[in-house]
Amino acid sequence: MLDDATTDQPLATLPWEPGVSKPDPILVVDGMRRAFGGLVAVDVDHLEIQRGIITALIGPNGAGKTTFFNLLTGFDTPDRGSVTFDGDAIDNPSPHNLAKRGMVRTFQLTKALTKLSVMENMKLGAKNQRGERFFSALFTSMWSKQESGIEARADELLTRFKMDHMRDEYSGTLSGGQRKLLEMARSLMTEPRLVMLDEPMAGVNPALTQSLLEHVKGLRDEGITVMFVEHDMDVVRDISDWVVVMAEGRIIAEGPPESIGQNQAVIDAYLGVHHDAPLDPEEEEERLARAQQAEAQQEEEEE
Amino acid sequence: MIDWGFIFEQSLTQAIDFNAIAFVLAAMGINVHFGYAGLLNFGQIGFVAMGAYGFGLTLTFFGIPNVFVAVLVGIGFSVIFALLLGIPTLRLRSDYLAIVTIAAAEIVRLVARSTPLRPITGGAEGLNQFIGPFRDLNPFNASGTYGFGPWSYRGTQLFVIILGWILVALVVYLVWQLMRSPWGRVVKAIREDEDAARALGKNAYWYKLQALILGGVLGGLAGIILAVGNAAIQPDFFSAPQTFLFWLVLILGGVGRVWSPVVGAVLYWVIITFIRNLGRQLVSAGYVPTSVIDTSQIDQIQFWIVGLSLALLMVFRPQGIFGSREEMALDAR
Repeated sequence: MLDDATTDQPLATLPWEPGVSKPDPILVVDGMRRAFGGLVAVDVDHLEIQRGIITALIGPNGAGKTTFFNLLTGFDTPDRGSVTFDGDAIDNPSPHNLAKRGMVRTFQLTKALTKLSVMENMKLGAKNQRGERFFSALFTSMWSKQESGIEARADELLTRFKMDHMRDEYSGTLSGGQRKLLEMARSLMTEPRLVMLDEPMAGVNPALTQSLLEHVKGLRDEGITVMFVEHDMDVVRDISDWVVVMAEGRIIAEGPPESIGQNQAVIDAYLGVHHDAPLDPEEEEERLARAQQAEAQQEEEEE
Repeated sequence: MIDWGFIFEQSLTQAIDFNAIAFVLAAMGINVHFGYAGLLNFGQIGFVAMGAYGFGLTLTFFGIPNVFVAVLVGIGFSVIFALLLGIPTLRLRSDYLAIVTIAAAEIVRLVARSTPLRPITGGAEGLNQFIGPFRDLNPFNASGTYGFGPWSYRGTQLFVIILGWILVALVVYLVWQLMRSPWGRVVKAIREDEDAARALGKNAYWYKLQALILGGVLGGLAGIILAVGNAAIQPDFFSAPQTFLFWLVLILGGVGRVWSPVVGAVLYWVIITFIRNLGRQLVSAGYVPTSVIDTSQIDQIQFWIVGLSLALLMVFRPQGIFGSREEMALDAR
């Protein structure tokens, strides 16, 4: 196993180009395409997500990040394309199958199960529960022992996320930030290998942002791979080890966070291609002449 | 003079009679569907009809004079009905199930009463020659009268009532046990947010199908109780408005609470019997002149009053008798 100091070392020597192959990818995407009518929302030729690090997925609004996320997690079906997760090809991805294999996601708009208590939310996340089968559910003795094990694990996680004082509250009474924390803690109950966070910081007050960031870093330190969508560049620079940039459905750049600010393709995608290029001299003169003419005309009319 | 003694006696008698039992079971089915799993079923009466006809046809058309087999066939009919409705619609948004159930329940009634099927289902007259094997099991004296206090029932009735309430006790226990188990947790999570449950590895479609079948079977049991209680199966009883009386019973008790259907159904039958008998007596004793209303119209009035009380309930206590206001308020956040 790699220790903390060396986890992002393998990527240091990689070229900063879209679709670059990684030494130990947990997730590999090939030729994935999703179109809504005439609009191609996602068109990704090749992407590899390195195991054990935090990968950020960024891009301007409408770049297809969330659609791409939905395709990877089985909430949407691609027109074509294939995904390999941890060495296994995923032929027929459905969200619950992927979750059972160890890929879990959170949502941009948090989905706290409002009329269940915080503890019930947590316990729901546990996998392979005997009591979730109809006929076993009828006999408490079939599942009570497993249940108390799950409860102990949930308590541990709640303590770690500093939510243990709320364990018996309805999750509908939590604030936006607390719901984000609960959703993250709940997803850890599935014992994931890859956690996909859709805008984990959206709508969270600044006081909680820092603690959320620490928890995301904590996941990496435990050896869990994290991929997240985010708009806030400070957050991306702070916690990510590798950044993937999408624009108009394609991956346009990849690299460590420091590289992204200098990348011409990224600047163009965010600010427009000709935002600071000088007009050619002829066009400039022509415009100037037109403006002067208009000004003169206006003065005449006023007289 | 108004005979108050008679009115109260009638109300209390109806409170625990087989009609109330059937309402408990049917409303419990909707409770499983809507209260716990969030499935909108507006065709519960269809499940009730499937149970009743499955039971009745076994004893008549299929010619198997065995009550136990008949009950199993009745349950089987409601399971098949649940599968027919659920497999195509449960992958879609919940509104689609609502539309399909209300239509499917009407289809069941119209098919059952259709003339071409008269040799099998008895057409519009229904079935009424099936009760023999059930009566044979009756340990009570069929022509005797049993009772204490204000309650008195003939032996045939008493048998249905006792079996019915034993069944209710089992069903209440079953639903209570399921809903406190991890299975119930998944079902409730799906009610709250299906995508969240799927993201956590739960096969939402399969759980919704199980819940639909369970609630449908409870509806089917209600149909069997009605069949043996009435000793007849009348297709036009299974009309769409009946479903909404089951809903009324559930909302009266409070959605998503295990005792709601029991208390709701008993209260419903007390209130409805009280109003009907009081109304009839007011007219026949001359307190209300027949130029205003006559006794045959009283049965219409009782549903006005039911509707009005439901409206008032929604305004002043939307969570029902057992529901929690705190929980309801969570939806509004």
